[in-house]
Amino acid sequence: MNAGLKMSREVLRVRDLRVELAGEVDVLANVSFSLAAGEIVALVGESGSGKTTLATALLRHARQGARIVAGHIEVAGQALLELQGEALRLARGGLVGYVAQDPATALNPALRIGTLLRETLLAHEPALGHGTVDRRIGETLVDVGLPDDQAFLRRFPHQLSGGQQQRVMLALAFVLRPRLIVLDEPTTALDVTTQAHVLATLKRLCRSQDVAALYVTHDLAVVRDLVDRVMVMYAGRLVEVAGRDALFGAPAHPYTRALLAAIPDIARRQPLQAIAGHAPAPGQRPQGCAFAPRCARRRAECAMIEPPLVGHASDHHVACLAPLRESMTLHATAATFVATHEATPLLEVRGLDVAYDRQVLFDVSLAVRQGECLALVGESGSGKTSLARAIAGLGENVEGQLRYAGEPLAFAARQRDVRQRHQIQYVFQNPYRALNPRQTVGQILSAPLAHFFGIRGAQAQHRVEAVLERVSLPASIAQLYPNSLSGGERQRVAIARALICQPKLLVCDEITSALDVSVQASILALLRKLQAEGLTLLFVTHDLGVVRAIADRVLVLRQGRVVEQGSADQVLGQPVAAYTRTLIEHSPSLATD
Amino acid sequence: MTDSRWMAEPQVRRGAVITLLVALLALLGPWLAPHAPTAMLGPVYGPPSADAPLGHDFLGHDLLSRLLSGGLSVLWMSLAAATLALLAGASLGLLAGLSRRRLDQAISWAADVSLAFPDLILVLLIVSMLGRAPWLIVLTVAVAFTPGVVRLARGSAVAVAGQEYVEAAQMMGYPRWRILFKEILPNILTPLLVHFGNMLTWAVGMLSGLSFLGYGVAPPAADWGLMINENQAGLLVQPWAVLAPALLIGVFAYGTNILAEGIGRVSARIGEIQP
Repeated sequence: MNAGLKMSREVLRVRDLRVELAGEVDVLANVSFSLAAGEIVALVGESGSGKTTLATALLRHARQGARIVAGHIEVAGQALLELQGEALRLARGGLVGYVAQDPATALNPALRIGTLLRETLLAHEPALGHGTVDRRIGETLVDVGLPDDQAFLRRFPHQLSGGQQQRVMLALAFVLRPRLIVLDEPTTALDVTTQAHVLATLKRLCRSQDVAALYVTHDLAVVRDLVDRVMVMYAGRLVEVAGRDALFGAPAHPYTRALLAAIPDIARRQPLQAIAGHAPAPGQRPQGCAFAPRCARRRAECAMIEPPLVGHASDHHVACLAPLRESMTLHATAATFVATHEATPLLEVRGLDVAYDRQVLFDVSLAVRQGECLALVGESGSGKTSLARAIAGLGENVEGQLRYAGEPLAFAARQRDVRQRHQIQYVFQNPYRALNPRQTVGQILSAPLAHFFGIRGAQAQHRVEAVLERVSLPASIAQLYPNSLSGGERQRVAIARALICQPKLLVCDEITSALDVSVQASILALLRKLQAEGLTLLFVTHDLGVVRAIADRVLVLRQGRVVEQGSADQVLGQPVAAYTRTLIEHSPSLATD
Repeated sequence: MTDSRWMAEPQVRRGAVITLLVALLALLGPWLAPHAPTAMLGPVYGPPSADAPLGHDFLGHDLLSRLLSGGLSVLWMSLAAATLALLAGASLGLLAGLSRRRLDQAISWAADVSLAFPDLILVLLIVSMLGRAPWLIVLTVAVAFTPGVVRLARGSAVAVAGQEYVEAAQMMGYPRWRILFKEILPNILTPLLVHFGNMLTWAVGMLSGLSFLGYGVAPPAADWGLMINENQAGLLVQPWAVLAPALLIGVFAYGTNILAEGIGRVSARIGEIQP
């Protein structure tokens, strides 16, 4: 595609966009890029990098307290920032479509699918006749891979699966035939198989209808097979813009490399490399390059000069004073795996059934050996969380048999003895809800000490400091309330609360799914360290990449039944069950074989 | 949660000052009053004079003296009633919210039934049957208010009880009282405090209403609510006899209300901003 052709097909052009919070604190600055028709571009960044701010700015929207102060956004020849009133309303949706992160909350639960689509279409094109409306809706539904019969149109959003809901979101965006579509992490709430299908649909639609798409995500692996180009964002600036092959093959910015190295990948078992430190919050940008304090390659001038985004190779721009030139290989590596613990099982589950309104677990049996990490893998609805909760003593309506260290284990935590209660610990999925907001970290951590071991006062404080150090947190954090901690720090505190009970078995329920990849890498490294110290882990996850990074053995659950179990290499390398093979096939991977 | 943080909110300061002023007036009033509240000094509904700056009431008492002496009963009774209702209601509501089983059903059912019964009618019924001793009035007003607190505390507690930190506490096997009062209560304090302020206002209104209807404080004792009742016949002749106590009740209600709301706001903010 030559430059002239590309210019003529340009759909979006953003120049020097700047978004500020009150007090001239910039969330986003010096952002310039363009998108061609039919092109899919990923906007990648960690939480707080400003990627969502940029995405909503393309709809001329800024969240409460933020303001678009400067710049120029041109969509299909229209200057978006100069539009007012009715013209702006028509441009939103009509010109620029938007697909939100969580379809379950983005769709009005009180409206039927047909009503949703018709309402959206008529709001933008009121002159359309009845027949035309029905035809357009039917066409769009078929395009996004949904049925177009009356029965489907009469359904409510809650009667659809997550994947269907996200397809409805796509239909709502595409029914207006926009020129540009902005997608804000549209598949994070979906299972890998569903995700793969939705992404394939999106790609086909963009290509066939010549729609440019900006795909906002935190996960590089997800977009690898989807996008044409990738833009990496850090602390409100674009730090690297490159074609897909260039970015994954020879990333030039140290941050991009660090991000790639932090992603757990199903195809390679190697220690994940976390990025040290934090991304700066808006208003706390250091002088010079914002990434310099975390960069291993920083030089003296990095702290002085803020590097502009300049050409590095053809169609490859990078904002770094010393960009890397050599290519980066992420080949599949044959894992060497030696953990064979022949010890007696620490935990045994036999014939476990759990039924709420319907049965979620059917006759599940498993054994966790002393010192190993067993990963419990399954998509949503597979019953993996119900199983973990039953083991932790939080389950309801459980039947079957649990044995811990050779002794029977009660189903309700209250009926277990003190030793079992402190030796089996559970870390919750969402670090934002796992800590009491009205207690300081010190109070949270010292409560189990007093409860289990009767340790109070100076000795308790000493133990709290020791456990904080074990999870790599400063002792001063004990004075703080959880609301002043980041998600990763909160999860560390939650792990510390489990560790201070001196557990033998740690049940982790998707504990990294709410965290950024670089934070996830550091939490996984922490868990591996704890495992090396003798802790037994039961790790619940839906992410096979994470499984590869941490697990010794894997158990695959599907709709409440065990499909396959075995060592991680065996299950991920030579899966026997068809379901496991599908899972592995659809798991996003960075490896280039 | 220190006082300094609460006092940083202007609304808290304003509410505290107003409440404190009225409370001081009621507390110190009996000592400051120039005459005994029951001394008959001048003509019935007599106009203001040097001896009685606000004039005289329906029996010729000095209005100012009665005003200064008549606040204490309203204030302590409303405070006691609201506090009792808060303690009883919050405990019951927390218990219901956490147990979520038969106990929850029983408590909620009882609260719903009593909520369906109008407060004032309930209080009037009890007082007319059992007498008008101050402690009895306080108790009945508290009983009338409790179901509302139960409802609020239960609703808030249910939302908090599903949070993972409460589950973590259950898993550790903490005793139930500790989960109720240390894990859940601090997180539902904000709505409860705001409700407490409202109850204070309602209690003042209800107690004054009771006195007005003749079921509250017995004459000849001075009481703001009673004064409005006693002097209503002379409203056109000596308006101060009715307006002054009504105004004080209004100001106190306003002060407690914005104080409670301010505290609620600050308390809610602790959940968000670094302390």
